[in-house]
Order: sequence, then structure tokens, then C-alpha cells
Amino acid sequence: MNQKFSSRPIAGALARATFSLVAAATFAVAAPAFAQQKVLKFVPEADLRSLDPIWTTAYITRNHGYMIYDVLLAVDENFNVKPQMVDKWEISADKLTYTFTLRDGLKFHDGQPVRSADCIASIERWAKRDVFGQKLGEMTKSWTAVDDKTFKLELKQPFAYVLDALAKPSSNVPFIMPERLAKTDAFTQVTEAIGSGPFKFVKEEWVPGSKVVYVKNTDYKPRSEPPSWGSGGKVVKVDRVEWIYIPDSATAAAALNAGEVDWWQQLPPDLIPLLSKNKEVKVENVDPLGSIGLMRFNQLQPPFNNVKLRQAVLSVVNQQDYALAIAGDPKSGKPCPSVFTCGTPLSNTAGSEVLTGKRDVAKAKQLVKESGYKGEKVVLMTATDQPIVHAQALVTSELLRSIGINVELAASDWGTLITRRSSKEPIDKGGWNIFHTWFVGPDLVNPALNTPLRGAGEKSWFGWPNDPKLEELRDAWFAAGSAAEQKKLAEELQKRAFETVPFIPTAQFIIPTAYRTNITGIIKSPVTFLWNVEKK
Amino acid sequence: MYYIVKRLLATIPVMGVVALFVFSLLYLSPGDPAAVIAGDIATEEDIARIRASLGLDQPYLVRFGHWLGALAQGDLGTSIFTNLPVTQLIAQRVEPTIALTLCTLIVSIVIAVPLGVIAAARAGGWIDRLVMAVSVMGFSVPVFVLAYVLIAVFSIQLEWLPVQGYKSITEGFVPFIRHMILPSVALGIVYMALIARITRASMLDVLSQDYVRTAQAKGLAPQTVLVGHALKNAAVPVVTIIGIGVALLIGGVVVTETVFAIPGIGRLTVDAILRRDYPIIQGVTLLFSAVYVIVNLLVDLSYTLFDPRIRY
Repeated sequence: MNQKFSSRPIAGALARATFSLVAAATFAVAAPAFAQQKVLKFVPEADLRSLDPIWTTAYITRNHGYMIYDVLLAVDENFNVKPQMVDKWEISADKLTYTFTLRDGLKFHDGQPVRSADCIASIERWAKRDVFGQKLGEMTKSWTAVDDKTFKLELKQPFAYVLDALAKPSSNVPFIMPERLAKTDAFTQVTEAIGSGPFKFVKEEWVPGSKVVYVKNTDYKPRSEPPSWGSGGKVVKVDRVEWIYIPDSATAAAALNAGEVDWWQQLPPDLIPLLSKNKEVKVENVDPLGSIGLMRFNQLQPPFNNVKLRQAVLSVVNQQDYALAIAGDPKSGKPCPSVFTCGTPLSNTAGSEVLTGKRDVAKAKQLVKESGYKGEKVVLMTATDQPIVHAQALVTSELLRSIGINVELAASDWGTLITRRSSKEPIDKGGWNIFHTWFVGPDLVNPALNTPLRGAGEKSWFGWPNDPKLEELRDAWFAAGSAAEQKKLAEELQKRAFETVPFIPTAQFIIPTAYRTNITGIIKSPVTFLWNVEKK
Repeated sequence: MYYIVKRLLATIPVMGVVALFVFSLLYLSPGDPAAVIAGDIATEEDIARIRASLGLDQPYLVRFGHWLGALAQGDLGTSIFTNLPVTQLIAQRVEPTIALTLCTLIVSIVIAVPLGVIAAARAGGWIDRLVMAVSVMGFSVPVFVLAYVLIAVFSIQLEWLPVQGYKSITEGFVPFIRHMILPSVALGIVYMALIARITRASMLDVLSQDYVRTAQAKGLAPQTVLVGHALKNAAVPVVTIIGIGVALLIGGVVVTETVFAIPGIGRLTVDAILRRDYPIIQGVTLLFSAVYVIVNLLVDLSYTLFDPRIRY
């Protein structure tokens, strides 16, 4: 069969058809949707999975909460508590009664006015889930509505942190919902997303895993003060905000470069050089506190139930290594030798020389020997789908090997890791020895919020350190009356933490943001807010 | 007709086995949605209460019974995270995936079948060697690599086509097709390679048959012989591979939808697996199983169009 057939007609038809299709698609211009509106296209850090910021502590749901809900109080950039929904508050002379008065014009998105009953129900639900809220709940005798705009908190004993708890900026945030929703069990999701905040959620346009749409709440009455973190005037300067979730970072970078989106919330370090070349894109650090990476030991199981082995690891941890591994750029990551977020009022250097002094491998090996460690396998869990977690785990695995610890890197996805970490069993029955994670700066600023600093044994966070002295110092901090006393107790807490090593802070790092240069007014804050942002 | 009904009824036990298998696998697999929901700060008590509120603390048989009971009434359940019905989530995501699959199929068939025919017609020549070389490259280049190259060239450098996203055809044909070109080409390249090779092989086989020689001897135009006589008879293996290739497409859809940020079923599945959203995983798996069964049925039925000797 040697006859040759002509391929030209087929090839020609194919070429013509292809050209027509590409040409039609390329040169035609789509009708611009919402042409008359200012639409801010924002690429969030993660997919919004749940709408209830009390049900989950996920930061993306917290950020969604700030879009649609408002708060009674908020902290500014100097950590001062400022009024937000509240117009004024009074504290009785015995410091047992707080009376709050709401400002005028507060209205939920369903048109109903915000009442004292809504605030009380919201705070009570929040107090069942949030760690600071639970402490406030322990101190609370009652919440009472005096009238629709005034409500009262009565305490069992003076508690200096009432306002700090209500102004808490990060998960869980005490957002105010309508009473009918706030009555929902704290462990069950609310079914509607109705708040009184500066944006309204458009449920009909929500495509989970892809797109979330908010429109400006034209009924919202912002405060008159300039914005500072979550406080001040929440003035919305666009008509509509679209959260477009782009899971692939290279695609998100390309979309920002091409102007398809306006703002990418969290830029991975490896893409900074790529986007920095574009003059129409600005890469910036807008988070003044950043986040803190940490290493956590399982203290219920050998060998890290032995403090000497934990101290051995602490004595060779080099935070600079972790900072570089996480952030990739010295400008975005730095050591933070404090158990409280560096740059916040309670951060200090007490006892931190064990983390900043000479890194002594010989001394560490001696401590390992003294701990009685016999070379048994140590399981270091890591999540390959979480770059910040995985980068820390890789550094730690090398570190442990360098001091003679027989480490096995157990790689999985984050969903598996956080399930396994709840196991209190030995490693041959599915347990673990070490894992890494990270917290945003506001979550570690004081003993009330600093979850890994607890020493309450099996009631503590995963790892379950049992250190009654740590708990005593924490209780003393809650009872402290003055700022000086609080600071002194925070130093003692930190000193104790560097002795018994409930966790090791690995680095403080910032994840930069990237946006088109026609965007202005981004608020520098540890939480991403979308009010005050203007698109030209 | 009897054959079709028989085949459709046969899907019921297949789906039942798939349902049991998927449910059991998820039950045994590590990972706890309650831990994902509760977040990093949660205590064990928080997680336990969330598990209880979601019914995840119930024994295997109770949970399977509830799920099966709901399934019998056409209810695929509710997403643990979004609190939305699984049917609604699938319905939201099915259009982009169908659009992407169809566009890929069309692009692949329109390009690959003629290439395969041309290669066979010019067997041994430079066109044939070129087509085969390109098809080897098609097999070799991962979808995501090609996707990034296409984005870099056509979206960033030339600014012709959008980087990401999906526009429904209801928003206009042009925006729809603009968003479909790059993903379809990226996803279709492996598929094109496969179809081109099978078409070429099948055509070579047919072109050596006596009736082709007879047609040529009768003086028919080469194109008439190729398309009218040879291609129709070479179609059965090509159609088979197109049907089997749907499996390849669904696998590739996950990567393509992720790279081009298309809100389709593939991404829904991956997201659901990562966060252990069991009702979605179960619902999507059942859907995929049904698609496989139906596509296979359609492929089998299509044989009768090309080969009159085949009867059911």
C-alpha cells in the first residue's frame, strides 16, 4: 500500500477552522459586567469553607466575619481598646459591673435594628468556643439587657481583661449576630450570614471553592475616626468585592500580572521576584506582626516526656535557619526569641538566652545522653500541603539527626496530621513525637490567647505539657491588677517556658501581599480588612 | 432497546458496590473533618463536640445506614463545611467540567483524527514522522507544564486569552470560548496524541484491505476513498479509545481545573478530599461511576453506526 493520498484539503480545512475559532475568541471583546460599578477582585489566602466564624477558627472565615459582621470593641495599632458598635462604656467603682451603650443607627442586613439582646446572645455563644471568651465566661455572673441599646455585664470578681477579650482581633472574634442566629448551639453552624457590618454577603453568587461575593452595605454608618487595625471608620470605597479563590500560586501570580485580579492576599516567597518586576504591581508587607512558627513535643510519650531532651533540642535550634526556610528572604523572616509575639507589649527577653546564645551541639549531645535516650525512633509529623509546616519539619529533621536523634519524617496532608496529633498513644500505635504549626501574631500576644503555653496536662493543647507552675503563673497574670504586674508575670511565664519547653518558637515571618498599583488605602494590620480600599 | 434497559439496570449493583466501597474506604482512612473545622487552637473537647454534632461519632453501620437511606430518596447529603446540599454543590460545578470535557473532546477529535488520517495516508513520509513525533511529545509533557507554557505565551506575553476562570456560555459564546481555549488545549494534548496514534494505526490497517484497493482502482478521488471508505471502517477502535479516554480526561480535569482556576467537579473533589468532606466525596464518586457506565454504554451503542455487522 504505497499510494500517497493528498493531505492538503483536510489540513487546510483544519487550519481554517482553528484560525477562525482562535480569531473569534481572541479579538472579540466581552461585554463588561458591572461596568458601572467599582469591583474589587481579591484573591484570598484560602477557600471560604464555612460562614460561621464562631463554629470554626479558620482565618479565612474570620476574615469573612469582618466583612459582614461588626464588633462591639476593637484594638488599634497601639493595642488600645477602642469603641466600635459601642458608643460608650462605664465601669463601676468596684470593677464588677460594665455597662455598654450601643451607638445609633446600627442595623442588620435584614433591616432589623441591632439590640442589646443580639449582643448578649452573640457574646454568650462566642464565650462557649473561644479560649479568651471561656475565661470571661468563668468570671461572668450575668449579662443583662437594660434596654434595647444598653446592656450590662456583672462579674463574679474583678477581671482586668474584659475589654481586651471583647476587642480580640483574631479567631474567634466576638462578632455580633442577630439573636435568632446567635441562639444556635455553639457547635452547630449558623444557617445564614446576616450581620451589621460594612459588607453584605451575596449567598446566591457564592460558589464554594471558587468565588464569594460581597456588596457594599449602604445602610452601614461608619465611625468618624480614621481606621486603625479593626477600629475606626469602616468606610467602604468600592461597590462590590469578589473573592476569587485561585488555588495554584503560579496562576494567581499570572492573573495579577495580567490585571485579571486586583489584590492577592498572600504571596509565596518564591514568586516575589516574578511580581516585583511588574511596575503595575506592588509587593508589600502590610502585616506588622506577621506569624510565628513553632515546634511542639508530645510530652505524654517518651522520649520527649523528658525535659532534658526538649532542652537539648532548644539548645541547638537556630531561628535564622527556620526563618529562611519559611520565608525564603531575610526581609520576610527573622528570629523571635520570645513566647509572646515579638513587637507586642508582652514580648520580652527573659530566659531567652537559651535560644539566642551559642548553639552548642556538644552540649546538646550531652543533654541527649543525660536524658537516657537510647536511639529509639522519633516520629516528626509534617504536612506536605502546608509549605510553612513542611519547611520547618525539614529543618528540624536535620537538626535532630545532628544531635543523634533517630528521626522519621512522617509526611501526610494537613488533614491527616491534625487528626494524628490528637492521638495520645505511643508511636507504634499511631502516635507521634513532634509536629510543627504556626499562629498569626495576634494569637500569641498574651497568656490568655497563647494556647501552646498552657501546662494543664491532658487539658492542654496537643502535646499535653503538665507544668503546674506554668498554670499558676497564668492564673496570676489573669488576676494581675496593673500593667507592670502583668508584664512582670509575662516575663516569669516566658522564663519558665524556656526551662520546661512546652514549645519552641521557630521564627517570626511575614507573608507579603501583592496588589495592582491602582489600589490604595490598604490598612496595615495583622488581619486583612477590605474597607478603606479604593480602586482607581 | 432491551439491551439498553438491561445495561442500565446493570448499573444499579455496580453503583451499590461503588457506594459501599467508597463509604468503607472513607471510614477507614485517616483524617477527621471535625479537627479541620475546629482549627489549630481547638481542644480535644471542642473536636469531640463537633464530631458529635455532625454524627461522626456514630458506629459505621449506623452512618452507612443513614447515608444509604438518604441516597435511596435521592439525597446525597449535606456538605460538612459549607452546610449546602451536595446536589447543589455538584450542580454548581458540573457545568464547567462538562464544558471543559466537551471542548477538549471536540478540539482533540477535530485535530487528532485528521492528523491520524494524514499520517496514515503519508505513512513513512515526513508528515507521518512529524505527527508521530508530536504525539510522543503530547504523551510526554505533563498537563500542568503545558498549561503554564500556554498561560505564559498566550495570556502574559501576547495578552490574547485570560489566565484563569470560567464564563458560562449563558454569559456569551465569545467569553465562554475565550476561557475554554487554553484549558482545552492543555488538557487535550495527551488525548490528541492518543487519538492520533490510534487513528493512524487503524487507518493503516484498513487502507491495506481489498475494498480500498477496489475503490482506488475504480478511480475514486483519494479524499473520497480516505474519508468515505477507509475512515468509517477504521472508526470502531477510534471511538473505543475516545470512550476509554474519558477516564483520562477526568483524571486530567483535576489538574487543569486547578491550574486555570475553573470551578469544576475535579477541584470540588480534591478540596473535599483534603478537608475530609465525606458527603461530597461520596456524591462525586457516585457521579463519576455513573458517567463511566453511561459513556461505556454510549460507546458500545455507537459501534452499530459504524459497523452494520454489530447488533445488540
